[in-house]
Amino acid sequence: MDKHFGKVFSPSDLREIRNDFPILKVKIKHRPLVYLDNAATSQKPQCVIDALDRYYSHYNSNVHRGLHELSELATTAYEQSRQRVAHFLKAKESCQIIFVKGTTEAINLVAQSYGRPLLKKDDEILITALEHHSNIVPWQVLCEQTGAKLRVAPINLQGEVIQEEYEACLSEKTKIVALAHISNALGTILPIKAMIAKARAVGAITLIDGAQAIPHLRVDVQDLDCDFYAFSAHKVYGPTGIGVLYGKKELLEAMPPYQGGGEMIQSVSFEKTVYQNLPHKFEAGTPHIEGAIGLHVALDYLHSLGYEGIAHQEHELLLYATELAHKHHLRIIGEAKEKTSILSFMVDNIHAHDVGTILNHYGIAVRVGHHCAMPLMEFFKVPSTVRASFAFYNTQDEIDALFEVIPKVREVFQ
Amino acid sequence: MNDELAELYQELIMEHNRHPRHYGVLAPCTHQAAGFNPLCGDQIKLRLQIENDLIMALMFEGKGCAISIASASLLTEALEGKSLAEAHELFTLFHETLTGQPESSHHSARLGKLAALIGVQAFPSRVKCATLAWHTLEAALANKDTPVSTE
Ligand SMILES: Cc1ncc(COP(=O)(O)O)c(C=O)c1O
Repeated sequence: MDKHFGKVFSPSDLREIRNDFPILKVKIKHRPLVYLDNAATSQKPQCVIDALDRYYSHYNSNVHRGLHELSELATTAYEQSRQRVAHFLKAKESCQIIFVKGTTEAINLVAQSYGRPLLKKDDEILITALEHHSNIVPWQVLCEQTGAKLRVAPINLQGEVIQEEYEACLSEKTKIVALAHISNALGTILPIKAMIAKARAVGAITLIDGAQAIPHLRVDVQDLDCDFYAFSAHKVYGPTGIGVLYGKKELLEAMPPYQGGGEMIQSVSFEKTVYQNLPHKFEAGTPHIEGAIGLHVALDYLHSLGYEGIAHQEHELLLYATELAHKHHLRIIGEAKEKTSILSFMVDNIHAHDVGTILNHYGIAVRVGHHCAMPLMEFFKVPSTVRASFAFYNTQDEIDALFEVIPKVREVFQ
Repeated sequence: MNDELAELYQELIMEHNRHPRHYGVLAPCTHQAAGFNPLCGDQIKLRLQIENDLIMALMFEGKGCAISIASASLLTEALEGKSLAEAHELFTLFHETLTGQPESSHHSARLGKLAALIGVQAFPSRVKCATLAWHTLEAALANKDTPVSTE
């Protein structure tokens, strides 16, 4: 892991990187696993798996609660992870990093702790038509609670947010703007820096759902000038069950706690409880300690590979797969100019579920369904799509394997 | 093609998927329900005309994978003219068969054409597709108005 790779991974780099992921040697139905479902969750490198093992074998203990050696080790490792994340996102201070269960919890936290006390009837929350359900439903709940209205900025047929329409949706009524950085169903990269500036110009605060972005793009929260940024560790080669909410300090400080319990208090009496300062105010209960430790190692791993090499490799895979998709006359859903390594498609009018079952029979793991974006499927008038999502450890051979099955699918459904 | 796949997508299934029977809107009808499989977005509407506990007519419409459409089509064929008691019994047999219950090995004769869906056994994630129409039927018979979900 100390090794640093070049801006373009060489074939031997790629072999070495692939070897870092033990699961890629697994066989499915006697064939090598072809894992093309990275947008759902990424695989974990050995160093992350080892870090979890080391924690449980050598210093498992609760954090912020004990004076004994193990507790100090665990607390230090947990807090070092917070610093690592802060550094990774270019946050000013590590107290702006709140550990949560994942992107979903981060968005719910902002909706309930920031939005609920503040929003009034007829205030507006603006999202886009390509959001994941976890960036739709928490706002709908908030609208029900406060009488605020949810507005949706539309997209075009390529799957890009129509910027003029987005601007037209913004007004002094807009209080919160919540945007995906990258669409999980289409791969579209949103021009969020400009979109954040426009939201700020009408006085709205912004939340960026970065679940799909952190695996692919370098993010600088100060440069973006977003108010909140959320992501999940499991999509960036880290463990499940942990994620991050970054927030601007003055906002986080003014917000009430999201949940009550241990860890988040300074003192408790039946008359009055004093909450902890940031970030602990938002971390009630025993946190996902090994998750934070694993996330730290995952971010180190990503750093050692470098985003240049990752982006180059993933872009090559996307181009290769897109070319094959055209060759096989597949209908591609989502053809934004700026997109990451996600290819959503339909095979004629064969239901994605049937395609997925047949692909699985050849050891190929893709996601089929509505990708937690049912309004988006409605827009494209498809019930569901097949989604292949590539990570830097995937190969052209694996993409070949995917497309070799397409004629077999058509044979069954001819 | 692989054996399990061939068993799943056997000719009768594919034929019912291409040309579903009793497809459309039954009007008037005495019972109806909508069923939804949130995992894959399959949606089915089932309408029935029931008189004196007999299913006189039934029709379905909807969108879905080959298994859910074929299963709905086979259901409408199997249940036309049957009593409600027979319908419930068939559902129990069918469900036990798909989920591979031990007692189900004797069911296939009584299932008739529905036995074509036995291949689903090898694909646990597809059982919900095959049972969607049947859950919708249960909802229609109970006259529940809210859409049923197989989750
Ligand atoms: C764009 C986007 N937002 C939010 C989420 C939710 O992430 P999680 O389930 O880890 O909370 C996902 C992942 O499914 C996603 O792709």
